[in-house]
Amino acid sequence: TEDRAGQRDYDLLVIGGGSGGLACAKEAAQLGRKVAVVDYVEPSPQGTRWGLGGTCVNVGCIPKKLMHQAALLGGLIQDAPHYGWEVAQPVPHDWRKMAEAVQNHVKSLNWGHRVQLQDRKVKYFNIKASFVDEHTVCGVAKGGKEILLSADHIIIATGGRPRYPMHIEGALEYGITSDDIFWLKESPGKTLVVGASYVALECAGFLTGIGLDTTVMIRSIPLRGFDQQMSSMVIEHMASHGTRFLRGCAPSRVRRLPDGHLQVTWEDCTTGKEDTGTFDTVLWAIGRVPDTRSLNLEKAGVDTSPDTQKILVDSREGTSVPHIYAIGDVVEGRPELTPTAIMAGRLLVQRLFGGSSDLMDYDNVPTTVFTPLEYGCVGLSEEEAVARHGQEHVEVYHAHYKPLEFTVAGRDASQCYVKMVCLREPPQLVLGLHFLGPNAGEVTQGFALGIKCGASYAQVMRTVGIHPTCSEEVVKLRISKRSGLDPTVTGCG
Amino acid sequence: VEQSPPQSPGPGKAGDAPNRRSGHVRGARVLSPPGRRARLSSPGPSSSSEAREELRRRLRGLIERSRVMIFSKSYCPHSTRVKELFSSLGVECNVLELDQVDDGAKVQEVLSEITNQKTVPNVFVNKVHVGGCDQTFQAYQSGLLQKLLQEDSAYDYDLIIVGGGSGGLSCAKEAAILGKKVMVLDFVVPSPQGTSWGLGGTCVNVGCIPKKLMHQAALLGQALCDSRKFGWEYNQQVKHNWETMTKAIQNHISSLNWGYRLSLREKAVAYVNSYGEFVEHHKIKVTNKKGQETYYTAAQFVIATGERPRYLGIQGDKEYCITSDDLFSLPYCPGKTLVVGASYVALECAGFLAGFGLDVTVMVRSILLRGFDQEMAEKVGSYMEQHGVKFLRKFIPVMIQQLEKGSPGKLKVLAKSTEGTETIEGVYNTVLLAIGRDSCTRKMGLEKIGVKINEKSGKIPVNDVEQTSVPYVYAVGDISEGKPELTPVAIQSGKLLARRLFGASLEKIYHTLFWPLEWTVAGRENNTCYAKIICNKLDHDRVIGFHILGPNAGEVTQGFAAAMKCGLTKRLLDDTIGIHPTCGEVFTTLEITKSSGLDITQKGCG
Repeated sequence: TEDRAGQRDYDLLVIGGGSGGLACAKEAAQLGRKVAVVDYVEPSPQGTRWGLGGTCVNVGCIPKKLMHQAALLGGLIQDAPHYGWEVAQPVPHDWRKMAEAVQNHVKSLNWGHRVQLQDRKVKYFNIKASFVDEHTVCGVAKGGKEILLSADHIIIATGGRPRYPMHIEGALEYGITSDDIFWLKESPGKTLVVGASYVALECAGFLTGIGLDTTVMIRSIPLRGFDQQMSSMVIEHMASHGTRFLRGCAPSRVRRLPDGHLQVTWEDCTTGKEDTGTFDTVLWAIGRVPDTRSLNLEKAGVDTSPDTQKILVDSREGTSVPHIYAIGDVVEGRPELTPTAIMAGRLLVQRLFGGSSDLMDYDNVPTTVFTPLEYGCVGLSEEEAVARHGQEHVEVYHAHYKPLEFTVAGRDASQCYVKMVCLREPPQLVLGLHFLGPNAGEVTQGFALGIKCGASYAQVMRTVGIHPTCSEEVVKLRISKRSGLDPTVTGCG
Repeated sequence: VEQSPPQSPGPGKAGDAPNRRSGHVRGARVLSPPGRRARLSSPGPSSSSEAREELRRRLRGLIERSRVMIFSKSYCPHSTRVKELFSSLGVECNVLELDQVDDGAKVQEVLSEITNQKTVPNVFVNKVHVGGCDQTFQAYQSGLLQKLLQEDSAYDYDLIIVGGGSGGLSCAKEAAILGKKVMVLDFVVPSPQGTSWGLGGTCVNVGCIPKKLMHQAALLGQALCDSRKFGWEYNQQVKHNWETMTKAIQNHISSLNWGYRLSLREKAVAYVNSYGEFVEHHKIKVTNKKGQETYYTAAQFVIATGERPRYLGIQGDKEYCITSDDLFSLPYCPGKTLVVGASYVALECAGFLAGFGLDVTVMVRSILLRGFDQEMAEKVGSYMEQHGVKFLRKFIPVMIQQLEKGSPGKLKVLAKSTEGTETIEGVYNTVLLAIGRDSCTRKMGLEKIGVKINEKSGKIPVNDVEQTSVPYVYAVGDISEGKPELTPVAIQSGKLLARRLFGASLEKIYHTLFWPLEWTVAGRENNTCYAKIICNKLDHDRVIGFHILGPNAGEVTQGFAAAMKCGLTKRLLDDTIGIHPTCGEVFTTLEITKSSGLDITQKGCG
């Protein structure tokens, strides 16, 4: 194969035009390589399709945060009269107008990605790709035309798609997922969200916030993997702001009634009793599955996990085939987050073509759940810290605080809470930070950096607060859980 | 707006724990004779942390009420030696034999948390932790013990704090927690317009708190405009009602004032609403509103009187102009307003007034936001200009005349150019002066006890431990010389220091414009928000400056400030994973240096 090497079509072929794939392609092009990206969106079972950019741009972070913002604005409209703005309440919300505005923005981003690829001379194919051999990929275009592409290096970045509960009658016919919700032309109306993932809670949060009757059905625990105290406070806040919860329940079938409504039957997992309810929309948010099935990975010899079908990689993002790599949501054991995919992709390309040896560090990845009360976190959960270091070696500092803006608006701040998980031994290295409150993402980002720099509790306490903000509560954390003292912040001190 | 009680209990509240200095006598029971076993911790099913806290409180009670408190074990020879020492001095001691109470082991644990000493005897004299046997004998030999024994009630208070603002109150509460007898003097001299307020100082009454709430009110105006684009439907022209807002804000402030009163009371700090003036060493004269005078003495003093807005010293300024002392409680909408000054106070006030739809002009003598990064300052200025605030650069007012009385009335302002002879005239409803602040140090008898002040600025020079030229007098907050008056200034001074130390040419500046996601759909302008960091090339690209212009700037900056404290470098920024989609994440993907001159407008999603 040595003499064939020079004749391959590309130095790098990227399969998947999402955040990770595009970052790889652009980075490699910048390093002077000949690069191609193949991207194809298989329409959802409900027929929803979208443009270049992957989950984040089209059916993930971007539209969800914009709809979250729409819901936040609803709250601000209710605050406004307290601050002297004379707005007649209640103010109705028009789904169509919001959806159109959000979709227009997403389309402009699709276009922006196309232009960026063109500017950097990355070849883009809108084709569905599958492996022919370990250096060659076959693509089928919309019209059915086939093309073969070969490359020295191949990066798989096809991401994942929402899972349907195939065992539930009517799930596929009548249910939608996050692939569809952001592209609905009409309001989803009364909605049942099934699942306890952050996707489920975020969607239920903004649907409630724009005034829709929304119910979340959770079989076991919410936000698995996140700090459980914080998770239950997220749920508490949502429940006190109008989202209904059906805990410990699992759906068994969905039927369409003659009047067009959906009748959902579910079982209470503890009592075994059945119950039903009618909804306009049923949204499945029970997890995601990797998009690996149509890739013919076995033709190239790329190993996947038998349980999850995700691709197995080493710390250099390498698969079982030396010149084939995988990044992002399609990879086993990686956080399913846009910025991790982007960074892993860039670092990978720098190692491939830029002479770098830097590996991606998957520790202390910060993230934020954009529920109505946002939850930002970085580092270990309290449970994980205790599991790793032992109860006796962990000190947790915490505070219930009230955002200043809530006071005049008369908003309830019962769930505004911050906690910092530290080692108990001086100087008390910070293991994790958890923040529940407005603008949690903005608050958490900087502290993520602090933790990256090895921040200790002592150093955080020596940082001067920015007054009056919510994030200053972090540098004012004085009460440890162990002390048993009341962690409610009173006054400015 | 309902006025919420100052303290709302949150979940997991473990009962309030004020530092009670008197009251419970239950502690005495533990001194019962051997045989009758006593408990210090309360029996019953209460949670262990609660019980522990209760025990801690009782121990503190014992320590505070006893001239000499010895935690001992009856069989311990060292304990016996200590007891004999005090008895030879003729001093009565309170002794708790830990081996003779049920929960002696727990007591010992809590004591070790309080004192960091695990062993007995554990000796306290007049609330001061002396230590074990060896330390007690050392203190006896050095004379410290005798001094501690005598040190009682020579003065009315251990500490008197002059000024009940953020600095004074936190100092008072801390001292009280440490078992000191503390008094706070706070007296608000009414502004020339007659405005006065409650306990808590500038921040709470006429600073951070009301200004951020008015800022929030202005942001809500913007949010209302945005919300239509996000599908919220209302057609009416939305108007802003100044009185409704001000009343709501003042209600909140009253609850804070009350909260401070309460927390002082809980910590047994004496609060006196009177003006303090030193008359001799360790002695202060306090005068209340009615002119009644009282004298108090204290071992130590803290001066935390803060600053008040400066006036121009021109004709008509004190009669007709208002300052930030008046604005936040103004009973009527200020109408067309001239803001004089370019401090952050001036720009913040101008910003929110314009946000309510008022006609606002800012008169600037020289530069905007002196002391801040000037590129950022100019960007703030141009954003405000694009959003309707007018700027009159290089002018200073020379005379203010009243044309009409009223709420608001009409004022004529005459101003002259700082560069030539040109003069201009304008008519406004309100003139707000925000040209700086002066220390409140001159009329408090500091010269009588020899506390030096900087004659020019009125500020008090202090050493590293906030001590003034008189050892028992300390100064904190805005009046101490050379200390930042505010947090943002603290950050900035760090940057300026770095600049002086390393020189501008050794810096590498990364920057970018960005478009907050929430602004896209709302159709707000792109390429307005701006992020910039300054790195020191000689020190591994250590980040020595951090600047962001955009929404939630405070929330974003706080964490990065902590990271800078930990030695943040550009490399670490690059290695940090962004939180998507937020504004803060732009700092993890900064690639373009300023010197490269490359285009920094943002397109797409990273």
